Amino acid sequence: MARIHVTTPITPEQVRQIRAGDEVIITGEIYTARDAAHKRMVEDLAAGRPLPFNPEGAVIYYVGPTPPKPGQVIGSAGPTTSYRMDKYTPDMLKSGVRLVIGKGYRSDEVKAALQQYGGAYLVATGGAGALLARKIEEAEVIAYEDLGAEAIRRLRVREFPTICINDVHGGDQYFTGQSQWVKPDAMVKPKPPVASE
Amino acid sequence: MREIHVDQVADAVARLVQEANFKLSDDVVRALSQAQSLEEAPVGQTVLLQIVENYTIAETEQVPMCQDTGVALVFLEIGQDVHLVGGDLTEAVNRGVARGYTEGHLRMSMLNDPIKRVNTRNNTPAMIYVDIVPGDQLKIKVDTKGGGSENMSQLKMLPPSAGWEGAKQFIVEAVAAAGPNACPPLIVGVGIGGNFDKCALLAKKALLRDVGTPHPDPEWAAREKELLEEINKLGVGPMGLGGTVTALAVHVEVMGCHITALPVAVNIECHSHRHKEVTL
Repeated sequence: MARIHVTTPITPEQVRQIRAGDEVIITGEIYTARDAAHKRMVEDLAAGRPLPFNPEGAVIYYVGPTPPKPGQVIGSAGPTTSYRMDKYTPDMLKSGVRLVIGKGYRSDEVKAALQQYGGAYLVATGGAGALLARKIEEAEVIAYEDLGAEAIRRLRVREFPTICINDVHGGDQYFTGQSQWVKPDAMVKPKPPVASE
Repeated sequence: MREIHVDQVADAVARLVQEANFKLSDDVVRALSQAQSLEEAPVGQTVLLQIVENYTIAETEQVPMCQDTGVALVFLEIGQDVHLVGGDLTEAVNRGVARGYTEGHLRMSMLNDPIKRVNTRNNTPAMIYVDIVPGDQLKIKVDTKGGGSENMSQLKMLPPSAGWEGAKQFIVEAVAAAGPNACPPLIVGVGIGGNFDKCALLAKKALLRDVGTPHPDPEWAAREKELLEEINKLGVGPMGLGGTVTALAVHVEVMGCHITALPVAVNIECHSHRHKEVTL
């Protein structure tokens, strides 16, 4: 397991270097989007309209921050649960998005789309919103302001800490990590990833 | 009859929702510290360290430990010798939530309608639970509960033939299915018995108990211990990255039920278990 530093935008070569279990430390511009923003972006893509940001090599962070206190750049800003974006993620990857950051399990369709379009799924520590906010240097709402916490923000991050769960090669760190620690007599065993074509 | 003005309730709620989000209560701090001594996986240790660092920053800077500042659960234990005066109690609780979330720069996460989905922009409605109890005091318990863990909760009407083994299987499977989605290490609230709705309420109320305090009935305390051991065999670990501490505690609340029924509910809570209380 390596520690890999990347600067946005992300190239296909960088994606191929990232393996499940690697620490991926991100610097540069990333974009926030949750369910409501994804729904609109996928509608934009279907209608042939441009996205609010250039998707080529982009990084999306699933987060709805708290409002900043006076003097703060952003409020607490930890990841939200990713499966709610599963329906939209293959389209986002197809449009050129390379890394997505959230927490929790992804669908088999998302894992297959990561391999097909060349992307990786990363996680940040859930609930560590105050800590992660310290890695964010700038925040600006760039689209869908009416969605409040769910609006799309451009964030400038410095050394934002993540771990790769699903890589472009089919690796699955939730399965690998949990398999290492599950007891032989556990009532439920970790679910292996479905092999894709 | 002792009179309590509803404005006192509103003030208390406004304060408690902020305190809950800024400062982790002592029982959860102790449980996380114990988790640090029990966790065997290096990555699990790293995650626990981040969790501790995070709640320390939140307390020092008076900012929310998690961006999901939750739905406000407000439990009112109203003494039967209390007379509430000065207005509508439900309105007062919601007023307190709106004020607390606005003043505290907390996130507004509540919608007006589950299908129309328009944000109410003041984090109401609160989920209000009322119990009438003996005495002339009013106890207010607040839990600001995140959506990620709540979404992983489950309820099942088991056949009585399933027995304890069947209930245990359902509970452990629910925790395994929740995995990293619910932000482990978890606090698992379990309700067994009652009917469909009371069972869910038992599971929710189980979360209110100070973390790690066993059930007063030794037989049920032993079952809680058994569940915790089974859950920690899963290997899910902190944030699901693999490890030996998947849950900090399992709390079970039980109630009698119909001869046809064995209802079991699992209400899951994340490591940012934010609960505070006050007695008026």
